[in-house]
Amino acid sequence: MADTVQFDLVSPERLLTSVAAKEVRIPGAEGDMTAMPDHSPLITTLRPGILKVVSAEGEADYVVTGGFAEINADGISVLAEKAIARDDITQEHFKTLVDEASDKLAKAQEVYVNEPGPVDDAAKLLADMVAMGDHIGLSAN
Amino acid sequence: MPNLKDLKNRIESVKSTRKITKAMQMVAAAKLRRAQEAAEMARPYAERFNAVMSKLAASVGDSDSAPRLLRGTGEDNVHLLVVMTAERGLCGGFNANIAKLARTEAESLKAHGKTVKIITVGKKGRDALKRDFGDLFIDHVDMTGVKNIGYDDAQAVAKNLLDRFDKGEFDVAKIFYSEFENVVSQIPTMQQVIPFQVDESAAEDEADANVVYDYEPDEEAILADLLPRGVATAIFSGLLENGASEQGARMSAMDNATRNAGEMIDDLTIEYNRSRQAVITNELIEIISGAEAL
Repeated sequence: MADTVQFDLVSPERLLTSVAAKEVRIPGAEGDMTAMPDHSPLITTLRPGILKVVSAEGEADYVVTGGFAEINADGISVLAEKAIARDDITQEHFKTLVDEASDKLAKAQEVYVNEPGPVDDAAKLLADMVAMGDHIGLSAN
Repeated sequence: MPNLKDLKNRIESVKSTRKITKAMQMVAAAKLRRAQEAAEMARPYAERFNAVMSKLAASVGDSDSAPRLLRGTGEDNVHLLVVMTAERGLCGGFNANIAKLARTEAESLKAHGKTVKIITVGKKGRDALKRDFGDLFIDHVDMTGVKNIGYDDAQAVAKNLLDRFDKGEFDVAKIFYSEFENVVSQIPTMQQVIPFQVDESAAEDEADANVVYDYEPDEEAILADLLPRGVATAIFSGLLENGASEQGARMSAMDNATRNAGEMIDDLTIEYNRSRQAVITNELIEIISGAEAL
């Protein structure tokens, strides 16, 4: 069994990191998961959260706001909508993310008056975002 | 024969034009490098994204429950053309080529009895198409204030598109942009973004590998989440390609202009020297014949 797996984190604008990882903790839409070498092929969407990469160089955390992850025999690719290294994220930055999520919720409530689906989705997005902020010590206000 | 002073003025003015074109060329070269880098950095995302999308789209197939963005509205009547061009001119045939491709497409669609609607991104495309298709314009996205194209800009355009699609304003959407091949060649390109078109080659590759994926949540939910992003991704790579193409086109156009100005200066200088010589000869003749007359 190989003890590392190729891991790539890409955002639409650039390739953030590409390392041989020992394990990757992914905030999946239906729950967190840890992907290790020889994981079975899987595609999942992401929720806002912290992505943790453990490699020979140590651990690295990234804040991701959504997107998806693909795991196959070649490695793990995470295609995040927005991805920021945890050390680079500031209160201001986080505030914009939360504001965006709140806007989305407000709009969803306006547009889909009788359909709970999109409103719940937006509410969950906001809740996830706030929970993530608590986790890394940033407040939503 | 123009007099000496006029010639001298003209030489001066062409010289300052050459300075300007030279400066523009250098600015374009610097910007080109940055635009090219941006386009290259965005490539891994787009490639992987399309690979996954094609895989998913192929497995969901044409079933009735497939999302509308993949299946289409089932009709083919209203076509929306998103024409993406630059905000500025002086870049050779760049804007004109994109506009030409869009015009050909619009005319052929019209000839087939389809309804055409146009959204322009970038001022120059709007100007070029206004005369013939001004009544078909439904929106315009202004990119004047955008210095470095970000994913957010593409997302805004995509959202505009998706909202209109949800309202049933069109059946098929195509984007027009210029693919950057190298500094001297940019290829005007048309790409259909709604409904999503499966990239055959990517889907086939996957069939070879024959990997069975787990999906979390299920395939259709993922696809519904990804398709709108696919539109944004396609627009984003279009915009980036456009950005690089624009600078490349401007660079070669300004290089040509600089060279032409140089030639013109040479020609004018020869003409200037000749006229000066002629004036001197004339003066000499006058002096000599004056002396002889005494």
